[in-house]
Amino acid sequence: MRLEVDIRKTLQSGDRRFELEAVFSSQDDLTVIFGASGSGKSLTIQAIAGLVTPEQGRITVGGETLFDGSQGLNLPARKRGVGYLFQDYALFPHLTVRDNIGYPLKKSWPFHLLPDDRREVAEIMASFEITHLAESYPVELSGGQKQRVALARALITKPSILLLDEPFSALDSMLRHRMRMELLEIRQRFAVPLVVITHDPADVEVFADTLVIFANGRVKEVSGRKNLATPDEDDGWRAKVCWRAQWKKERLAAA
Amino acid sequence: MPDLTPLWLTLRIASCATLLAFAFAVGFAWLTARFTFWGRDFLDAILTLPLVMPPTVLGYYLIVVWGRNGWLGGWLHAHLGLSLMFTWQGAVLAATVVSFPLLFKSARAAFEGVSTEYEQAARILGDNELRVFFRITLPLAARGLLAGTMLAFARAMGDFGATLMVAGNIEGKTQTAAMAVFDAVAAGDYTLANTLVAIMSVVCVTILVMTNKLASRGRAGR
Repeated sequence: MRLEVDIRKTLQSGDRRFELEAVFSSQDDLTVIFGASGSGKSLTIQAIAGLVTPEQGRITVGGETLFDGSQGLNLPARKRGVGYLFQDYALFPHLTVRDNIGYPLKKSWPFHLLPDDRREVAEIMASFEITHLAESYPVELSGGQKQRVALARALITKPSILLLDEPFSALDSMLRHRMRMELLEIRQRFAVPLVVITHDPADVEVFADTLVIFANGRVKEVSGRKNLATPDEDDGWRAKVCWRAQWKKERLAAA
Repeated sequence: MPDLTPLWLTLRIASCATLLAFAFAVGFAWLTARFTFWGRDFLDAILTLPLVMPPTVLGYYLIVVWGRNGWLGGWLHAHLGLSLMFTWQGAVLAATVVSFPLLFKSARAAFEGVSTEYEQAARILGDNELRVFFRITLPLAARGLLAGTMLAFARAMGDFGATLMVAGNIEGKTQTAAMAVFDAVAAGDYTLANTLVAIMSVVCVTILVMTNKLASRGRAGR
């Protein structure tokens, strides 16, 4: 998966002014955008998802151009085929877990699920081990359960890329570690490239094959692991995690 | 058994007025809640004005606009031969205007209470703007809209001044319950007055209790 971002956006609120100039690309299936809050990383993935329109530039995901200011091309969010995990999950409070997950499948009124879609929802619920929650409402779920439901809802549309906005910040630290491992495992199972934005170095250790560091609305550094010796693929992801941990520590220390 | 015609007429007028007010209020509320545009605060003020103006003043404005020589009423009369003055449709117009702000204010607050993040999530999941409105915004604002609708209905039922100015007080035609009470007391018919007052009070108290229930359950649910 190749992700290319080259965008500019200015936000003006009163006499406060924020200029975003995000230029980076990633070849890897695991990309971390790291930076302090207010560094422009959220704005960047919102632009990739189509929630924010840059003033100029270009966004390409896997060879498909989603935005090109010079050609006046700006695909609406609903046509980008991008998955997005909101920081606090944005599960629809008036719908059950089943209806939340089935939401993108039912396209026309009266929004009933067809048998095929019902089966698809049941399968993905089983694979996330949330079948027993099918009739629950989001308000009844724990943090970890909410995240699983949100992931299932985002992945059921088979997005070309999954964008995650501070995915673990709403969880306590015990759960955080478990959900990181789960997410890695899900990435492999669904074969979907991830872009994680975070200000937590622990996420960098686990998820960054390509690490993009943001500061003050600009990309300060992009580093990939392609030019480094990589562990054997058969080592599995646990070995990778350990290997990454060491490499990331060096990178962060250098940054 | 006293003559209850005014009561049925009141129900009919209030129902029509609430429907009309609902359509306009939801439209304007969504517009002002979701978009920032030049003159938005001014528009909000104009739309809320009927809440604070004396009903007779409102009625006067309505005559100026909808009367036979009015801006819109003149056109209606000249081209279609219609006039709203002294008809039950005129009473609907008056009741719509007086009840509109209650619905508008509730609807705007309800829409503003719906986090735009849910709407964004729906867009990313493949919804166009129309679907986002009907699948996310409207259902999440439903409680507030319903509460506002009930308040507006109660207000439309009880209007006196604006309706009197526009539709007059014609027995069996435009005489609503509020006016019938006035006439009954003036004529010393306390049986009729007591009956109408009792029914109106029960209806209004019921509506307010239900509105409060909706509002408190809405808070607990979030």
